[in-house]
Amino acid sequence: MLLEADGIGFRYGVGPWVFRGLDIAVDAGEVVGLLGPSGCGKTTVARVLAGHERPREGRVLFDGAPLPRSGYCPVQLVSQHPEHAVNPRWRMREVASEGWRVDEGTMEMLGIQAEWLERYSNELSGGELQRFCVARALSPLTRVLIADEMTTMLDAITQAQLWRAVREAVDRRGLGVLVVSHERSLIDALCDRVVALG
Amino acid sequence: MSDLLDIVDVSISFTRYEAGLRRRTLRVINGLSVDVRRGEVLAVIGSSGSGKSLLAHAVLGILPGNAHLSGSMRFVGEELTPERQRRARGREIALVPQAVTSLDPLMRVGPQVRWGAPVNGNGSQAEAQRRVFARYGLTPEVERSFPAQLSGGMTRRVLLSTAVVSGASLIIADEPTPGLDPEALAETMRHLRELADENKGVMLITHDIETAVTIADRIAVFYAGTAVEVCPAHDFLPDGAALRHPYTRALWRALPRNGLAPVAGAQPSYDDLPDGCAFRARCDRATSACAATRPALRSVRGGMVACIHAA
Repeated sequence: MLLEADGIGFRYGVGPWVFRGLDIAVDAGEVVGLLGPSGCGKTTVARVLAGHERPREGRVLFDGAPLPRSGYCPVQLVSQHPEHAVNPRWRMREVASEGWRVDEGTMEMLGIQAEWLERYSNELSGGELQRFCVARALSPLTRVLIADEMTTMLDAITQAQLWRAVREAVDRRGLGVLVVSHERSLIDALCDRVVALG
Repeated sequence: MSDLLDIVDVSISFTRYEAGLRRRTLRVINGLSVDVRRGEVLAVIGSSGSGKSLLAHAVLGILPGNAHLSGSMRFVGEELTPERQRRARGREIALVPQAVTSLDPLMRVGPQVRWGAPVNGNGSQAEAQRRVFARYGLTPEVERSFPAQLSGGMTRRVLLSTAVVSGASLIIADEPTPGLDPEALAETMRHLRELADENKGVMLITHDIETAVTIADRIAVFYAGTAVEVCPAHDFLPDGAALRHPYTRALWRALPRNGLAPVAGAQPSYDDLPDGCAFRARCDRATSACAATRPALRSVRGGMVACIHAA
């Protein structure tokens, strides 16, 4: 397994456990769904798997070893709210070259227009911004993508466009994907198998 | 002409100053016509940034100062002037806001809702609030709670209460559902439907087409700041074959259960709207005639559509 979580648990300080004893694995070229109602801890799971939080118990392994503490993380997270995930003082050109130099093909597949590159994030809609966040995360160095309600705020066509681009990376180079969503129909359309939470 | 809200050929533009005092005009709503009738739920769907929320703000008269509005908006037969909007806002037209952060975090929930009730002969404001809370299964403990102590579903019911307690005849619900689990979602929809069945008009702004179809009477589809189709909700069922506009059909085919089929490109930017049909660059039926003039809404098979090819 490329990404493996063994009995992970998380809580803030001495607060109640958000989740405990959770096992999740995502292999290369595999699309796994994580389904659960709102408030059951899906986002926290996503953050732990992508290394944004460290599990309070259990462990997260990438290729059999802990996630790297420095350098590019091969597990990348795309969150629900792109407004909070880009530097507001940068032009989108800088955002798009933050992790890698986003290539023409990726931009076209995601419908990113050349004139958007000169704008700041507050001059783009949520759907336009999220296209950049997906483009940024689809670096060749990314081996597993954690998509936390990635298209929940978007219209159906933009949603389909973004997933087409992710699917292409799965088929072409064996990207592993965890689709975190509360939406059964989306999970059914995308995933090879499903893990239920809560 | 509608008995409640009638919007005819409304355009909204923003003037923005950029570096070097360069002035730029963004036309965000463009020749939009739509109406809401008593006793119905009108769902407004469409792409992110197609002007759905902005229309709600225009009706309520809460657009920012640099917005310029043209066209006609009439409410119960009267022109919606700024003065008329001031009188209607919160009394005859009420908003169910999208953000759960719309509640004052430092004020108990009961008094916040109470404040929206009309002062008239039907008992005190507190009684009005308690009636609405009882209707939505909100206990007296909820009344004494602070917003942060409520679950997501309860918060939605409180936000709905603020609109219902006013007794408004037009309720505008702006994306009331994101992040709700299926149970809370169904409950919110049932409540909106009930309001329409009490002869109020409900405008439900959403991008959740599958849910909208289950409770709406009619659906208005927005693209690039205009309504490209307004049709009976049942035209979306069972397979969308009755839909008229190529964009609406594409939207339907893009739903997860209908194959998640994308369309290349993106909605045009507001500072660079093309002449003619705004969807034509992404449309498989586009011809040179589509570039000539912006198609007007016209009647086709019991619905309205802005496409010269629709039949």
